[in-house]
Amino acid sequence: MLVNPELLFNALLTGLLLGGFYSAVSVGITIAFGMLDIVNIAHPAFIILGSFVAFYLNSTFGIDPLVASLIAAPPAFLVGRLLYKMYYYAFERHGEESLQGLAFFFGVLFIVEVGLLLVFGVDYRFVEADYIRKTIALGYVSLPLRLVVPLIAGLAMVAVIYVFTSRTFLGRAILAVSQDPGALRLVGGNPVRVKEIAFGLSIATAVLAGALLIIIQPVEPSLGREYIGRVFAICVLGGMTSLGGTVLASIILGIAEALTATFVGPSWAPAVAFGLLIFTLGARPEGIFGR
Amino acid sequence: MSATEPIVTTGVPIPRRTVGRYLIPLGTSAVIALFAFALVDWIAIEYAYLATYTILQYVVLATAWNIFGGYAGYVNFGVAGFFALGVYASVVNYKTLQLPLPAVIVIAGVIAGIVGLGMGYLTLRLRGVFFSIATLAFSVVLNTIFINWHFVGGARGVSVLRPDAPTFFGTYPRYLFAVMLSLAIAAVLIARAVEYSWLGRGLAAIRDDEVAAECSGVPALRLKLLATTISGALMGMAGAPFPYYITYVDPASAFSLTIAVNTVAMPVIGGMTTWIGPVIGAVLLGTLQQVTTVTISSVLSLMLVGVLLVVFVALAPRGIVGVVKTLRERWA
Repeated sequence: MLVNPELLFNALLTGLLLGGFYSAVSVGITIAFGMLDIVNIAHPAFIILGSFVAFYLNSTFGIDPLVASLIAAPPAFLVGRLLYKMYYYAFERHGEESLQGLAFFFGVLFIVEVGLLLVFGVDYRFVEADYIRKTIALGYVSLPLRLVVPLIAGLAMVAVIYVFTSRTFLGRAILAVSQDPGALRLVGGNPVRVKEIAFGLSIATAVLAGALLIIIQPVEPSLGREYIGRVFAICVLGGMTSLGGTVLASIILGIAEALTATFVGPSWAPAVAFGLLIFTLGARPEGIFGR
Repeated sequence: MSATEPIVTTGVPIPRRTVGRYLIPLGTSAVIALFAFALVDWIAIEYAYLATYTILQYVVLATAWNIFGGYAGYVNFGVAGFFALGVYASVVNYKTLQLPLPAVIVIAGVIAGIVGLGMGYLTLRLRGVFFSIATLAFSVVLNTIFINWHFVGGARGVSVLRPDAPTFFGTYPRYLFAVMLSLAIAAVLIARAVEYSWLGRGLAAIRDDEVAAECSGVPALRLKLLATTISGALMGMAGAPFPYYITYVDPASAFSLTIAVNTVAMPVIGGMTTWIGPVIGAVLLGTLQQVTTVTISSVLSLMLVGVLLVVFVALAPRGIVGVVKTLRERWA
């Protein structure tokens, strides 16, 4: 079979652009699941929540979705801290987090999804911004801005988090708590407070990523389920704690999905992430960047 | 204790243990079944059959989930996948052979059981959290496959005509209700038998500490494979009558997240370590859902499940059974 090179090139490009967005989506799970060991399967639900906040601010006040997401991020940070406090007092304190924490976040996922359903209904919603319909033409290839903007914003977000975790005291404390909470306590840090802040940060990134999602495509409340597989596949493939690994794994998944959508059919794309996840867990559980 | 019991080879060959452990529950459940059947017959509205059908379906699902989730402590989020396997086995049968419903239930059980066995092998490499994520993955992959399988309706779905009910049962809803009632009782009896056998004790040891259990000679893998097979088969069997219940099957209804959440929430709310827990959870939550769906709205009844799940798992992790036990100990 001869592969059409133009089709292939476009698929690769779309995958690359999608990958940038996926890294924004999964950086929060890398923090929560990879670093803090909190299995937040409700993460995608918070992404969709972010989409709907962007939709609401955009449709009622005409605010640009990117600006809307920045407005929504601080409250999301507080919600995340509150959620972690609940999680800590109910489970982590007793060391019963694995089984029951999972059921807890499963319930949270459901509550957020049904809550959105109650408020906004089942319809697909979208945002208006003047860059959504434009494309840049570079010779033979065309770059839709609705994909380019999330790529830039997503990579910028990961870069900020990277600088935060490698340069600031608090950021390094988050890395420390992921490696050895006991040792952090010995040097005078409070692991619970650090985890609380990190989890708040994780939820804030989810809400920011949600605004990027609604720029890319229309959103309805149950869309988050498709992202459960993606975020965990990326996190595991990227080596759990590595931010660089997260970006690389996002691009791999983006390209794999774009190739599948182009050459097999778009309806098969959701299975790619889970296939990749099962394959990674089976073949190389420590991911690409794992030690 | 049982080892010292004298075995009498002449006369009545039924040991006392068998009477206590199997015959009494069997008799009790037969009485309960007849009573339930008579009660719903007495109400004599078609909706009563369908409403109780849904509750009984959740009794089967919650009980089946609990055999692996509650006894062994592995959270399976792929319930909807197993359920849908049964649903689509039934749809395929409807479009080809048109075998009677009991035969389809058996076939669905075999298919879902084999898939359950495969899922058991996953636990070889994946422990705890990763296993749960993989089961979620399994459900989505299966969903994608059925969306792309046009023979069973693809994404658009397929409508199913109810055949005539067997003469004894009169209407088809009454027949469906009877089928699901027997399935529910079978599932509960199986879960009870598992709990009190070497299998249940081994699974409990795995739940407490898998490595320690393995070190003390519990054949962990074999027990887990048995449990996932039984659990998967029962979930598939619960799905087989479903097409005749809703008469229109599409992937959205067969793979609904509601099924997965309900099935996890019911044992958690009822109590996960014993067979009666999921039954209590399913009957209470199922009834509550039916009532709120009719009186308020279906979306709100879903919200209720999510809230109850979070509240129970945070405040009463041992469920209603645990709460009752604590209260009883305090009074005694």
